[in-house]
Amino acid sequence: MAGLSANTELLKQLLVGFVRDEVHKVGVKKAVLGLSGGIDSALVVFIAAEALGPENVHAICMPYKSSNPESEAHARIVSQACGVNYSVVPITPMVDAYFDMFPDAENMRRGNKMARERMTILFDHSALLSALVLGTSNKTELLLGYGTLYGDMASALNPIGDLYKTQIWQLSEAMGVPQEVIDKKPSADLWAGQTDEEELGFSYRQVDELLYRMVDQRLTRAELEVAGFSQEFIDTIYRRVQNSHFKRRLPVIAKVSNRTIDRDFRYSRDWGK
Amino acid sequence: MGDFSAVLAQIKPKLGCVDENLVLIEQQIKQAISDKSDLIVFPELALTGYFLKDLVPEVALRVDSPEIARLIELSNDISIAVGFVEVTDDYLFYNAALYLEDGVIRHLHRKVYLPTYGMFDEQRYLGRGERFRAFDTKFGRMGMLICEDMWHLSASYILALDGATTLLCLSSSPGRGVEGEQLGSAKAWQQLTSTTAMFLNCRVLYCNRVGYEDGVNFWGGSEYVNPAGQSAARGAIFAEDSVAVRVSEGELRRERIFSPMLRDENLFITMQELRRIERERGV
Repeated sequence: MAGLSANTELLKQLLVGFVRDEVHKVGVKKAVLGLSGGIDSALVVFIAAEALGPENVHAICMPYKSSNPESEAHARIVSQACGVNYSVVPITPMVDAYFDMFPDAENMRRGNKMARERMTILFDHSALLSALVLGTSNKTELLLGYGTLYGDMASALNPIGDLYKTQIWQLSEAMGVPQEVIDKKPSADLWAGQTDEEELGFSYRQVDELLYRMVDQRLTRAELEVAGFSQEFIDTIYRRVQNSHFKRRLPVIAKVSNRTIDRDFRYSRDWGK
Repeated sequence: MGDFSAVLAQIKPKLGCVDENLVLIEQQIKQAISDKSDLIVFPELALTGYFLKDLVPEVALRVDSPEIARLIELSNDISIAVGFVEVTDDYLFYNAALYLEDGVIRHLHRKVYLPTYGMFDEQRYLGRGERFRAFDTKFGRMGMLICEDMWHLSASYILALDGATTLLCLSSSPGRGVEGEQLGSAKAWQQLTSTTAMFLNCRVLYCNRVGYEDGVNFWGGSEYVNPAGQSAARGAIFAEDSVAVRVSEGELRRERIFSPMLRDENLFITMQELRRIERERGV
């Protein structure tokens, strides 16, 4: 699909410029981000290193005891490949202290808690280092709601939120992300052997083809069916996008006055920048 | 009329910071004066930035404001085309552009086509201009367009029939589309400016800003397109630039002799058919 294949040189230029401009304009030099060992955060750290200089980028790996040890190894390889500052902050003590009080909690609650634990560490380091937190959610997972609200979805700036996973792979190749990170199966790494595609029930390439036509090209349902997508797949994905929309919006405010924040009190975030 | 030199000031304004942008604009003007340029063109909303939303009333200037007076004064040494938000006595706000020359306002254009779709929301915040008029300058008759205006064939057509031989387009064009060899927006604009110049045998001086606002990039690529539709100079993509161009009178003369389409343009038929369409649509 032409629309999913990107001119990686142009895309890199656009995203590197984005990080540099949006970080510098708020008067800081640095960025901090979580490095999971996966491809999305690897790509973001490569973009940030190029935009800000590797000495101004702090990557933090935050493993839990059940995380695959390979993830931490990959995070280290990625940080070495682009030369950024790297540290490891395990989240096991905090997460376990909490779930000692709720031992029956299922995987989803545990996974969300871990994602939010990592978020608090990143925002704490934001204050510590005077660094903006970079987001690492891609367009595919944002549209599917495959992320934790106020967890991994939280950031100050997200350079890759308008790139489908298919485009993440392309740009990562072009920017020199280590091949083992590009080649491995995407995983939230909440438990051993977990993979995104198994959990989602479809492949990223499949769903990107559908999302691109549905969201970007705004094809009708009939057109999507002609393009070869099953009714069931279209329904599933449409519902997922719809039902996760709350995750992509700010909290809803009850309107009382004439100027309610974000409804009729409207300013760009870069106001005065 | 002779040759003249122009500078396309591909700047990065700060959102909502009129004072700082004025300083930046003055610096560019002074540099252009010392480089002996005759004309300097700035982007759309150069004094204010683009995604203003509720900032519109805060950044708006009257044409008799001290800020505009300062620019008028500078126009004694160089002609200036610059974009800003205008507020009128009856508190209407316009996305506007001024052409300043020899210490006077030669022309004020208010953007007619305010995009209000996709990422754009201009008509929510701004009033709509109601005219396209060519005007006389030291460098011949010109017409001004603000960004989206140029996407309406009728706008450039009217200006050309009104005698403009140079079209100034002040732009804040957001970049999108990374599938192809070049940025989608850049490609589209290059086709547009080239085609417009070619159809109307006009020069096009296109000035687009750079920088990012809330993640939206403005791609630059300011350009001088000659009356044959060929790009004679083009600014950097994504980066600040100052594009100095030499605009040739001979080129315009020759092109108008080779391709006298405007001479042959039949205003009577055009008007007759437009009136018929207007009647039939019941406007």
